[in-house]
Amino acid sequence: MGRLTHLQALEAESIFILREVVATCEKPVLLYSIGKDSAVLLHLALKAFAPGKLPFPLLHVDTGWKFREMIEFRDETVRRLELDLIVHINQEGVDAGVSPVASGSAVHTDVMKTQGLKQALEKFGFDAAFGGARRDEEKSRAKERIFSLRTSDHRWDPKAQRPEPWLAFNTRKRKGESFRVFPLSNWTEADVWDYIALEGVPVVPLYFAKRRPVVERNGALIMRDDERLPLLPGETPQMRLVRFRTLGCYPLTGAVESSAASLPEIIAEMRASRSSERQGRVIDHDSASSMEMKKQEGYF
Amino acid sequence: MHAALKLVASSADAPQSFSDAAQINAASQRSLLRFITCGSVDDGKSTLLGRLLFETGAVFEDQLEALQRDSARFGTTDGEPDFALLVDGLSAEREQGITIDVAYRYFSTKNRAFIAADTPGHEQYTRNMATGASTADVAIILIDARKGLLPQTRRHSYIVSMLGVRRVIVAINKIDLVGYDENVFRAIEHDYRALAASLDFVETLVIPVSARYGDNIVSASAAMPWHKGPSLLTMLETIEASPAGDTEFRFPVQWVNRPNLDFRGFSGTIASGSVAVGDRVIALPRRQATKVVGILGPSGALDEAIAGQSVTLTLADEIDVSRGDVIARQGATTAAQRQATVRLLGVAEAPIAPGRTYLVRIGTKVAAARIIALHHAIDVHDYSEVSADKLLMNAIGVAVLRFETDVVVAPYRDCRTLGSLLLIDPYTNDTVALGIVEADAAHERAETAVGHRLVVGLARSGLLPAEAAGRKAWRHIVWWLAGAALTSAIALAITARPLLAFGAGLADAVLRPALRLAHDLLWRNAEERRRAQAEKALTLDGGSI
Repeated sequence: MGRLTHLQALEAESIFILREVVATCEKPVLLYSIGKDSAVLLHLALKAFAPGKLPFPLLHVDTGWKFREMIEFRDETVRRLELDLIVHINQEGVDAGVSPVASGSAVHTDVMKTQGLKQALEKFGFDAAFGGARRDEEKSRAKERIFSLRTSDHRWDPKAQRPEPWLAFNTRKRKGESFRVFPLSNWTEADVWDYIALEGVPVVPLYFAKRRPVVERNGALIMRDDERLPLLPGETPQMRLVRFRTLGCYPLTGAVESSAASLPEIIAEMRASRSSERQGRVIDHDSASSMEMKKQEGYF
Repeated sequence: MHAALKLVASSADAPQSFSDAAQINAASQRSLLRFITCGSVDDGKSTLLGRLLFETGAVFEDQLEALQRDSARFGTTDGEPDFALLVDGLSAEREQGITIDVAYRYFSTKNRAFIAADTPGHEQYTRNMATGASTADVAIILIDARKGLLPQTRRHSYIVSMLGVRRVIVAINKIDLVGYDENVFRAIEHDYRALAASLDFVETLVIPVSARYGDNIVSASAAMPWHKGPSLLTMLETIEASPAGDTEFRFPVQWVNRPNLDFRGFSGTIASGSVAVGDRVIALPRRQATKVVGILGPSGALDEAIAGQSVTLTLADEIDVSRGDVIARQGATTAAQRQATVRLLGVAEAPIAPGRTYLVRIGTKVAAARIIALHHAIDVHDYSEVSADKLLMNAIGVAVLRFETDVVVAPYRDCRTLGSLLLIDPYTNDTVALGIVEADAAHERAETAVGHRLVVGLARSGLLPAEAAGRKAWRHIVWWLAGAALTSAIALAITARPLLAFGAGLADAVLRPALRLAHDLLWRNAEERRRAQAEKALTLDGGSI
């Protein structure tokens, strides 16, 4: 036996990180966002703790605006793997009528995702939350630690990060502080897809091309997943062959025109692609350092 | 001549298509190389990395558009795309135009996937540079062709060598700004090779480049016909990744997996060597012997597992093993120790001083530890040893750590996992130092010899039983007591001489009460005595003494 391949090395590193949290934190939770990264994270977690069950629950911070296929996939996954899932939605936000349509992406994301996440973490007293974020996604994420210490009000301070040499983590924290932990930090989008193909990890069908009803807005193809998306004057949803590179709230997630309907086709398309996966995300474009600001406020 | 850069999608050898599963499989067979880019401020580290990302197709069109916007706003290249902005991710970095924190970047070619650590040049961020070096197989050391070797070149070279990087690529950058002059290149190469002679590198490659214009980055530059040899990217694709250490099996237990009454496994990542079902192993520090009966890997049962794999071992006997223990092969030299000589890099504002108690993390073990001696600090500009009574931020020094409990360590050169440590302030929880375990250092041998001479002298004068002179444990006790009482191992060496010279009288006054205390503590009753004889002496034999 020689050295590990690149994917084997990444897999081993992620499993180490997952176990490290369970061994050193009191009440971990896995933030399950239903997308491909969450799917890989969940797959790795099942491996890390086999033959036992997952020693922590999954948390889905719902916004009420996820694609219907995402929710179906979530519920089917939980049933199939007999997982313990907590679904939290920011009821104050719902009551106030916050929505991506009425409030815009910035307010919707802050209220339903950031505040919703903080509410859930506090309600259940979780002291460590796994997320599927990768460093190749965005520049400020490239600078974040694998064990990201958050203050008691969940804030990230990019200037006060602990050095993280080797795979040696300082997992000590004060009461009220918590960790956001990113086991996929060193994976790239290509690694995630290669691994999904190699391991046969199930993913939401929205990643595969299909004819779907979309409208074109500000250059983005928005799928009309239900009647709540109001049509602007002159707009008629058109059936186009599209797929999604990244998943989120449907009014904020742009589709790409594609005929890639299988994993090899998706991988081939991604390798030839000239745009990054987050291009379809409306929320990242607000300003050059919008993600860094969101993270400082407690967003993942 | 170089072509002016255009913001068009170009890519070196991005795979053209992956039309079937066999090709996906081939992609998954890539090896992994981790490297660090380091050098002085404004040497163009971020530009070089941005260029590699761009040339290998790891930068997308929308990111390039954002780069163009940012270049106009923050850039230092007069409107041309400033590749540094691709990697400097924090707003403070973009505003100040410097790299503060280590950033990891990813790209791949047909045969290799790369994880690049882009690290700061400023001395005040040395800790972040060291973090990037800690996991690197290879270091790219940038030197500005106009400036030659700078203090930071020496500092960074020392740190990457200290942290186990054995292969370096010296990229002499901005060669375009000295007219692609071969003589400039040769002079700097000569200087660097002289510097490298005092470091632990096994391979030093030197290449002239222009990160800004792409010369010698992915293909040979037409502007430098005098330079023969592969491009920087080819070097990265073909350079051997450093060996991970020695081949002795070491497995720090990370977590005990006990999902039900029928299964009890020990999860962890193999730090060095390999293990097979049927191997006779020992659980340290309590030295319980048993056999491996099962290895559960990420995709099911395995017959054998190697360094780097995360597995779960099942053992033949119901022995008491918990997180922080280490499973090793029976008969191997890996052992628990009560102290270790370590090389520390201060990473916090508060200075590190002898006498203070910290938490030390080594492998998966966290233990209280006291610094009983600070031998010296290293002047990273001329690599000389200078005396120091405390270690400041970004300073490197050699110290002796005394653990409150038995801790399994290994020299860093043999095992990065059990040879590396974090020093943590128990009150603030801040990481205050990174460290590596020194291999049986000469001064440690010298101190042991001093302890031995003391014991022999004391035995001769009747203060110790005659057989004590032959027992390593006594030497250890004497050395430890002196270390603890005088807080400095160096002080022991200084006091040992006159003690022996003045004879039993002074030794009696100073050491007899201390030895009595040691006797009482360690040999209190028959059971303690048996335990100490059976385990402690064994431990010490296998340890650093």
